Amino acid sequence: MAVTVSPERDTVATPIQRALKEGFYAGAISLGLFVLFIGLKTGQNMSNELVVTTRWGLLAAVVIATAVGRFLYVAYGQPFMASQKITNVATGLLPASVASRFFQLPWFVAAVVVALLLFVFNSSLAGWVGAEPAGYLQFLRALAIIYVLACVIYYFRAFIHANFTRLGITALVLYPILVVAVLSLNAWSITGGLQGSLKWVDNFGIQILIYVMLAWGLNIVVGLAGLLDLGYVAFYALGAYAYALLATQYGLSFWILLPAAGAMAALWGVLLGFPVLRLRGDYLAIVTLAFGEIIRLVLINWREVTNGSAGISGIPKVSFFGLMSFNVSDPNYIAKVLGIAQSGAYYKIFLYYLILGLCLLTAFVTIRLRRLPVGRAWEALREDEIACRSLGINTTTTKLTAFATGAMFGGFAGSFFAARQGFVSPESFVFLESAIILAIVVLGGMGSLVGIAVAAMVMIGGTEALRELDFLKEIFGPDFTPELYRMLLFGMAMVIVMLWKPRGFVGSREPTAFLKERRAVSGSFTKEGHG
Amino acid sequence: MAGTTLLDIKGVQTYYGNIRALNGVDVTVKEGEIVALIGANGAGKSTLMMTIFGAPRARAGTITFAGTDITQLPTHEIARMRIAQSPEGRRIFPRMTVMENLQMGASLDNLKHYDEDVEKVFTLFPRLKERIAQRGGTLSGGEQQMLSIGRALMARPKLLLLDEPSLGLAPLIVKQIFDAIRELNRTQGLTVFLVEQNAFGALKLATRGYVMVNGNVTMSGTGKELLANPEVRAAYLEGGHH
Repeated sequence: MAVTVSPERDTVATPIQRALKEGFYAGAISLGLFVLFIGLKTGQNMSNELVVTTRWGLLAAVVIATAVGRFLYVAYGQPFMASQKITNVATGLLPASVASRFFQLPWFVAAVVVALLLFVFNSSLAGWVGAEPAGYLQFLRALAIIYVLACVIYYFRAFIHANFTRLGITALVLYPILVVAVLSLNAWSITGGLQGSLKWVDNFGIQILIYVMLAWGLNIVVGLAGLLDLGYVAFYALGAYAYALLATQYGLSFWILLPAAGAMAALWGVLLGFPVLRLRGDYLAIVTLAFGEIIRLVLINWREVTNGSAGISGIPKVSFFGLMSFNVSDPNYIAKVLGIAQSGAYYKIFLYYLILGLCLLTAFVTIRLRRLPVGRAWEALREDEIACRSLGINTTTTKLTAFATGAMFGGFAGSFFAARQGFVSPESFVFLESAIILAIVVLGGMGSLVGIAVAAMVMIGGTEALRELDFLKEIFGPDFTPELYRMLLFGMAMVIVMLWKPRGFVGSREPTAFLKERRAVSGSFTKEGHG
Repeated sequence: MAGTTLLDIKGVQTYYGNIRALNGVDVTVKEGEIVALIGANGAGKSTLMMTIFGAPRARAGTITFAGTDITQLPTHEIARMRIAQSPEGRRIFPRMTVMENLQMGASLDNLKHYDEDVEKVFTLFPRLKERIAQRGGTLSGGEQQMLSIGRALMARPKLLLLDEPSLGLAPLIVKQIFDAIRELNRTQGLTVFLVEQNAFGALKLATRGYVMVNGNVTMSGTGKELLANPEVRAAYLEGGHH
């Protein structure tokens, strides 16, 4: 009778009772986890001795927050989500969705009014209520704007969904123009001024697009062909060093070296592909991981060529297709040719459009290849290698083309990276980069271009945005640097996304063959996180 | 009706590591025939099927297809000789649609006669047409088997290898699939070599049959002869299917 579970005890437990229990457990676990991390802190005193300071208050706050959070989730969150799936007995309809209750016209109007008022009276706010509350009001304004935008997106969701690609590309093309135009007019804002606005083009636009391109390139290898590659950053490094070395040593132009770097990376993709042809899954992952590290170690140790850890600096800028240059000292400097004011903004904006073009090229090639025999063979290879071979598909060349194509886009991205930074060193090509790119592919939904772009935006944009959250310093004190927590948040976001959507943001795989009409296809098309 | 020899397997020995799975097997399949290979679990039937495709490769003996020695060819080259296979466990592509699965079958000729052939497959298996945009993994077992055979047919094979097409299927579906095989053989003259545990159904369908025990072919004859053979009856038919 020892194994008998008393069923009554489980069934009579109300959500509140269960929540109390689970909240208590969550608190106990977090106490165990954090007692050393948060409760104790070591430091040095004046005479360089180790001192331990205790932070029991902070520890208590964290533990209580965890317990309360778990309690609220189990007591109210879970029953609420369950109730959303139950239809009304009388009408047979599901309850109105959370979104339609959240986005309502009166609230929308209120948010517009709040945002407008705070905009209009922005300059005098600090005088009325003091500097610190004014900061919070600016934060409130940001929230109101976000709410208004979300409302608009919600009401036009069908239209947006239908024209997603076109709208997305239009938005990306207009983005730098809008950002520079709007923000350079708002000189009063912390983000204002031309330099402030360029930061949005550079740190957010270009930075995110580099990762979009890398993730789309890796997507060919991992998402389509199903070959788990943990050393993708090696091809990024190869592209970057190919451009850096050939441009500084031989003075070749970016427009010659871009395809050259891509070809070189593709060649190395094939070279990596050969020894790993028989491997799949975990084994392949380990070998590719090693490959990435080998490339990095060669870059560090082959000093005569790569200049070791010091890296290569003074990498020439990209020219405007050889017609105009972005170097102030050159005779064909863009401002002199066009007779406009001298500014660093042109180069930033040009780079933005360059990487956008490269991204679109990657997407275009991926989409086209998926409809060609080679792309179909990649996807079939991911599904079942033995079946592929018995259908007459040469799996060797199929794998090698996947490696080569993915590596080529990594090489493109690398040479762009070198041209944009003007400096490369092995430090930019550590394993963490491979892991981030792979995480973007997995979070976005393997094989889905849109999902991956969204994931890159959230992951890279999110970490960049942390640098902007200066108001947090007013809460946590001046020592608080939000970007130090980015890896923590990154990890948390990944866990949450994988729990909430195990197939990534976009878990549906668009089929490539149609008889007559395009039909929506079930969501379980892409690879799933759990077994 | 017996034409020229299409597939000739002579003295084939296959090993898994040091374990011998086939001890010198001789099987011939002539053009226009349906040949059935029956035997118990672990007799080596599927191993022979896989050996024809070169994975695992035969360590001794020769496999000749239409006069060409294919023993040492890579698997995909063997498939390009127009041998198609519906492998054990069906091995359809689960996340690809029915249509994409069929396209994969037609990749040998780069979809040249795809439209024509896909119609033929749908005539043979109308169920597949209803499921055309559905992904392979969501099909029922019988539909997956139909898809697997359909995919193999898309390559316009001279020889179709079927590995246990009746495995795990309801009797009615098994009958449908066997009817389809008979139909293909009769109308298009397709040569079929099938491996079956369902000895009764397979031998009734087959022109000729082989019985395999522990990696050896122990008996052969026409389907009718084997059905009437007391040893075969005792080992594979009594108490089983009717």
